[in-house]
Amino acid sequence: MGKSEALPSRVKAQRGTLAKAPTGISGLDEITLGGLPRGRPTLVCGAAGCGKTLLAMEFLLRGAEQFGETGVFMAFEETEQDLTQNVRSLGFDLEKLIAENKIAVDHVHIEAAEIAETGEYDLEGLFLRLGMAIDSVGAKRVVLDTLETLFGGFTNQALLRSELRRLFRWLKDKGVTAIITGERGEGSLTRQGLEEYVSDCVILLDHRVREQVSTRRLRIVKYRGSTHGTNEYPFLIDENGIHVLPLTSLQLNHPASNERISSGVPRLDNMLGGEGYYRGSSVLISGTAGTGKTSLSAYFANATCARGERCLYLAFEESPQQLVRNMKSIGVDLGPWIKKGLLRLEASRPTLLGIEAHLALIHKMVNEFEPRVVVIDPISNFATAGTETDAQAMLLRLIDLLKARQITAMFVHLTAGGNAWEKTDVGVSSLIDTWILLRDIELAGERNRGLYVLKSRGMKHSNQIREFLITSEGIRLEDVYVGPEGVLTGSMRAAQEDREKAAALIRGQEIERKQRELAHRRAALEAQIAALRAEFEATDNESKRVAEQDRAREDQLISERTAAAIRRGADVAKRNRK
Amino acid sequence: MSSRKNGNPHDPAKWELRLYTAGQTPKSLAAIKNLKKVCEEHLAGKYEIEVIDLLKNPRLAKDDQIVAIPTLVRKLPDPVRKIIGDLSDTERTLVGLQLRQQS
Repeated sequence: MGKSEALPSRVKAQRGTLAKAPTGISGLDEITLGGLPRGRPTLVCGAAGCGKTLLAMEFLLRGAEQFGETGVFMAFEETEQDLTQNVRSLGFDLEKLIAENKIAVDHVHIEAAEIAETGEYDLEGLFLRLGMAIDSVGAKRVVLDTLETLFGGFTNQALLRSELRRLFRWLKDKGVTAIITGERGEGSLTRQGLEEYVSDCVILLDHRVREQVSTRRLRIVKYRGSTHGTNEYPFLIDENGIHVLPLTSLQLNHPASNERISSGVPRLDNMLGGEGYYRGSSVLISGTAGTGKTSLSAYFANATCARGERCLYLAFEESPQQLVRNMKSIGVDLGPWIKKGLLRLEASRPTLLGIEAHLALIHKMVNEFEPRVVVIDPISNFATAGTETDAQAMLLRLIDLLKARQITAMFVHLTAGGNAWEKTDVGVSSLIDTWILLRDIELAGERNRGLYVLKSRGMKHSNQIREFLITSEGIRLEDVYVGPEGVLTGSMRAAQEDREKAAALIRGQEIERKQRELAHRRAALEAQIAALRAEFEATDNESKRVAEQDRAREDQLISERTAAAIRRGADVAKRNRK
Repeated sequence: MSSRKNGNPHDPAKWELRLYTAGQTPKSLAAIKNLKKVCEEHLAGKYEIEVIDLLKNPRLAKDDQIVAIPTLVRKLPDPVRKIIGDLSDTERTLVGLQLRQQS
């Protein structure tokens, strides 16, 4: 097989496998592990409007622009003008590439009504034209879109088939990497069985509509001599061309960060082990309508941008302007972050696209914007865009995608009224690392918001319910009243707190009174003690005085006796006075 | 092919025919021979044949929208008609040139 040596081999051929020509189409090269088989034809088939022509065209254009491989587009259906216009909307300037001799376009017009057949013929004219076009630009890539038109133009089918066989052999001999497109047939890949001739690589495009929502899918039916992704991959067509999503190649081996990031609400950070969410974790905020889910997400987005990190906020219910206005009313101004380019608000209706197209879109936005945080508000709407299984599969892929990139994901889930609180109807709860539940607490004709941390993997988190207040200054978390009266919130809590305050005041006064009383008693006792002491001292003095008097009297007695003794004789008195 | 009720309405004075071939293949040679025979029999004196070898002029294949070889193009009279094949079926050639109504 003729392989052109001059080609810049962007994708090195893996050991022992065949050389590949990269398509440059986002995602397709990943699925095919490098691109289309170089120097061989590839069949791209699918129903009308599924993007065959576009895929083929993008292969050529990107080949010319990115890989320095010139190409030939042989169009059997569209004219050069049509093609130029079609690709201009994808940001490619076909006219310029044609003028630069990088791409040659040949429109083959076959009008059965003006052709009569008499006798034998062949399609040498087609070969000549193709050969001339290839030679004119030195093409390495060729697109034939779509060959099956030939079957409508000529009646001799046996001749056509042998000519097609010759054409594919000829293309291989030329060593060009070719894409042949074919219309999907009943019970076969293509209406005319082109897959018989192209056996190296077959790509099937599909465009399904389920519940009024369309999803494009791509599958590699076969790829001889190479491994390839075998699943159906959703793909998108947007202003940058085709984006295929190689989603299921993801495995459960994403890195786990120990870094913690703030939720934007200090009290909530406290509840989450004092530090907030883990970076790269997935956070679910669920709750019924009007419980403040969006507000909590906006706080998180705000905190993210305040750290100087980019945040992608996907709103499926509100327009960006409305969201900014509403959040401003609770003290979060997202406007400056948008201007700074840190916050990207994307709003779209979930039913606008198929669920996989949504995923593809998110994938693309994540690739482009490279955010550190992605908020999806709400995910419950995906269930309306597809089936529940689809929604779950989609979210699983989304979580994997974000985790693999260490992007912290916040999912907002609207719990339908009457549903169990601890249930998400998209069944993602088991995939979530941190689950915050917001719920109404209805008490005494009042609805208040309560916040729990239902689970938070890998951290010690508060198991308490907090009252969640949304004020014009912002979000506040308050302890709820838990006491003999039960769990109270809102004005009941306030009333209960007031009652308790009053009771405390009364208790305080009571204590003060008792203290005063005690002081009084103490003073009285002290007075009593003083009196007793005085009495004691008086008695003491008295006894001293009495003793003194006694002694004085005795002294006097003695002296009188001595005097008498002296008067009677001296010696007795001397002895007594000793 | 649709049937034409008035196959040759104006009987034009001039027929301009162009035969595209690719080299001297048996099919091409047969086509040239068959064409000359038909013209002599039905359009004597008022026809003009130009044989174009696309191997020498490949660009013309694109310009004139030629896919099959050989292709006979009736440039005049209007409208342009294309007849592909070696013209071995004279009856169909005449119908194709609108020299005879389709039976």
